[in-house]
Amino acid sequence: MTAYLDHAATTPLLPAARAALIEALDVLGNPSAVNAAGRGARRLVEESRERLAGALGATPSEVIFTSGGTEADNLAIKGAYAARRLADPARHRLVLSGIEHHAVLDPVEYLCASQDANVTFVEPTPDGVVTASSLRAALAQDDPEDVALVSVMWANNEIGTIQPIPDLSAVAREHGIPMHCDAVQAVGHIPVDFAASGVDLLSLTGHKLGGPVGTGALLARRDAQVVPQMHGGGQERQIRSGTLDVAGTHALAVAVETAVHGLDAEAQRLIALRDNLIGGALALGLGIEVTGAWTKGSAADRLPGNVHLRVPGTDGDSLLFLLDAAGIDAATGSACTAGVPRTSHVVLALGIPEDEAGGAIRLSLGHTSTHADVDAVLAALPEAVARARRARGAA
Amino acid sequence: MRVVAAMSGGVDSAVAAARMLDAGHEVVGVHLALSRSAATLRESARGCCTLEDAGDARRVADMLGIPFYVWDLADRFQRDVMDDFVAEYAAGRTPNPCLRCNEKIKFSALLDKALALGFDAVATGHYAQIVDGPAGRELHRAVDAAKDQSYVLGVLTAEQLAHAFFPLGDTTKPMVREEAAARGFYVAKKPDSYDICFIPDGDTRGWLTKRLGEQPGEILDADGSVVGHHEGAYGFTIGQRKGLGLDRSAMDGQARYVVGIDRAANTVTIGTADLLGVDEIVGMRALWCGPVPTGPSRLGAQVRAHGEEVPATVEADGARVRVVLDRRIRGVAPGQSVVLYDGTRVVGSATIETAGRARHTEPAS
Repeated sequence: MTAYLDHAATTPLLPAARAALIEALDVLGNPSAVNAAGRGARRLVEESRERLAGALGATPSEVIFTSGGTEADNLAIKGAYAARRLADPARHRLVLSGIEHHAVLDPVEYLCASQDANVTFVEPTPDGVVTASSLRAALAQDDPEDVALVSVMWANNEIGTIQPIPDLSAVAREHGIPMHCDAVQAVGHIPVDFAASGVDLLSLTGHKLGGPVGTGALLARRDAQVVPQMHGGGQERQIRSGTLDVAGTHALAVAVETAVHGLDAEAQRLIALRDNLIGGALALGLGIEVTGAWTKGSAADRLPGNVHLRVPGTDGDSLLFLLDAAGIDAATGSACTAGVPRTSHVVLALGIPEDEAGGAIRLSLGHTSTHADVDAVLAALPEAVARARRARGAA
Repeated sequence: MRVVAAMSGGVDSAVAAARMLDAGHEVVGVHLALSRSAATLRESARGCCTLEDAGDARRVADMLGIPFYVWDLADRFQRDVMDDFVAEYAAGRTPNPCLRCNEKIKFSALLDKALALGFDAVATGHYAQIVDGPAGRELHRAVDAAKDQSYVLGVLTAEQLAHAFFPLGDTTKPMVREEAAARGFYVAKKPDSYDICFIPDGDTRGWLTKRLGEQPGEILDADGSVVGHHEGAYGFTIGQRKGLGLDRSAMDGQARYVVGIDRAANTVTIGTADLLGVDEIVGMRALWCGPVPTGPSRLGAQVRAHGEEVPATVEADGARVRVVLDRRIRGVAPGQSVVLYDGTRVVGSATIETAGRARHTEPAS
C-alpha cells in the first residue's frame, strides 16, 4: 500500500473543484472583451471573485487573481516595496520573520541585492511563533519610519506553527507600516478573515486546499499601494495584467468555498489523525521529537494537518528515501528544485543546532488522509530510523 | 539485488542504470551533489556536479521509472578529494582526483551509505569489466580500449569490488551512445567530460593559485643556471612542456620539459626529453584488488589514464611496491598512480613516491 503524506506540498483536487474546472474549461470568451462571449466569461470570473471574497472576509474588489502563491508573494513584496519607496525613498527596510517561505525570502534577497533594500528578521520563539513584542523590537532596531513593509506568514509550511497575525498587524499599524501575510498554508485549513486580520496584503494558492495548480490570489486592501510587476492589458485593478483564467478562477473559488465551509469538521478530523501520528511517533521510544508548538486536540498553535518530526542521529534525506521505499510519500521541508538537501532555515531559526536539524521529516495530512496512512507511517518508522542511523554512521 | 545507480547526468551512467534495470535488479538512481557552491551549480557548463547535470540524471531516472535522489556528499568530496588535491600539488606531487574520488567517494562514502540503507551494490557507468574468477571477483579492462577506465578504478579493493557493477565494460562508447538514442535518452549526444569536474575551465594552475597563493621562484636548467621564473612550483608537473614561460629558449633548439620539482627550494628544473625517461618506480599506499603478489612478478604497469602499459617486474613489500620497467617511459610524476595488470586483470595500484633509473640488473631474489 502507499500513503501520501505530502499534502502541504500539494493536495488532490476536491471533487467539487474538479467538476467546476472541467465545466468551465468550455466557457468561451475573453473576460476583458465587450462582446457577448466576453460578458459570459466575465460573469463567471466575477461570480468566482465574489465567492472567494465571501469565504475569506474580503470584498470582491480586494481579490487580485494570480497564477499562485509565489506570484502573489512576489507581487506583494516587490510591488509594495516599490510603491512605498516611490512615496518616500527613505523606506528601504523590510521586516520579516526568519521562517518565511522562499517565495518571500528570495524576492526580499533580490531587493536587497538590486534595490538598496535591507532586511530585519524577527526571530521566532523556540516553539516557532513570532510574537508581537519581538516584532515591535525588530521595528525599533532602527527607525520604524524607514520600514517599507512587514511580512509574516500565517502558518509555516514546514513546521505548521500558526502566527498571531491580528496582533502583529496591530503592531505594524501603530507605525503606519503596511503588512503582507503569506497565508498559502492557512487558507482553507484554519479560519482566515481578511478584514479581521488587519493585514493589507494576503497571498493564497489553489493547490494547497484542493484547487488547481496555477491558480491563486493576492488579497489587497483598496488603499494598499502596489506597483504592478507584470504590465499589459491592465486587468485586475491594473495591478496584474494578463488574460484571466476563467476555468481556473472558477475552480479556485469553488475549492476555497468548499474548504472553508467544511473547515470545522475537517479540522477536527485531521487534528485527531495528527495527534495520533505525533503521539504515536513520540511513543516509539526512538528519541523522536516534534518540532514547534503542539497542543493536543487544538489547531490554535499548529495546523491540523502538520506533523514535523526530528529524529536525532539521522539525515532527513535518508529517512525520506527509506519511507519512500516503504510506500510513504514524506518531505524534509519545502520542495527544492535543485534536489540538493539543505538544512532547513526554519528549523535553524528555532535555535536547534545544525547537527540536530538535519534529521527532520514533514508528514502533512489532508482531505484524503486516513487512519491507515497514520498506521503505515508508525509501522515503517522503527526500521527506517534504525537504517538511517546506520547510514549516517557509514557516510 | 537492490542497486544504487550513480547517475552523473551523462550518457554512460544513464545506460548503465537502464541495463541494471533490464537485468532485473531493483534500481534507485542517485546523483551525487559534490559542490555546495551555487556559482558552480549555476555557471559551470560541464563537470559532474552542475544543476543541469542533476536535471539530466533526474530526467533519465523518470524515463526509467526508478526513484531518484540527490545525495549530498559535498563535505566528503571537499575533504577527501579537493583538499587532498591541493595538498598534493602543494607538496610538489601530481595527484589524480578521479582515482581519489572512486576510492573515497563513489566506492566508500556512497557505497557505505547505500549498504547501510539496505542496498547490495553500486553501479556506475565506468568502462571496466568485472569477471568472476577462481579467487573471487576480478576487475578487468573494458572491451573498448579507447575508453577503458580500469586505471581510475585500480584503487578498489576486493571488498569494494564485491559490491560494484560496471554494466558498460563489454560495450564500446559508440554502441553506448546508439543504445542511449534507441532508449530515447536525450543525453545520448551529450559531450563527454574530460576536465577535472571541480575545475570546469581546465585552468588547474589558476585554480591552485587561488588556494595556495603566488610563490615566486626560479626555473633552472639541468646545469643549475636560472633560465626563468615561476609563480609557484605547485603549478608544474613532471614532463610538462607547455606554459614554462622561459626567459630564453634553449641554445640547442631542443624542446625543454619539466624534469624536477624541488618544493623545499621552490625551484622547477627543466631539461631535454632524454632526461625524462625512467624505468624504476617506487610506490606507496599499495592497494590490492585480490591476492597480493608474492616475490618478483611479471606484470604490466600503467602510470596514467589512457597511458600505455609497459611490461615490468614488480615486488610488493607491505604497503610499498617496487616496479622495474622493461624500458624507460617519460612523464612519470610523484603523486600519480601506477596501476598493475596481469593480462587484462587489474592486480592493484600504488601512489608513485619516486621514479628514477634502475641499473637494469636482475631483480634481487
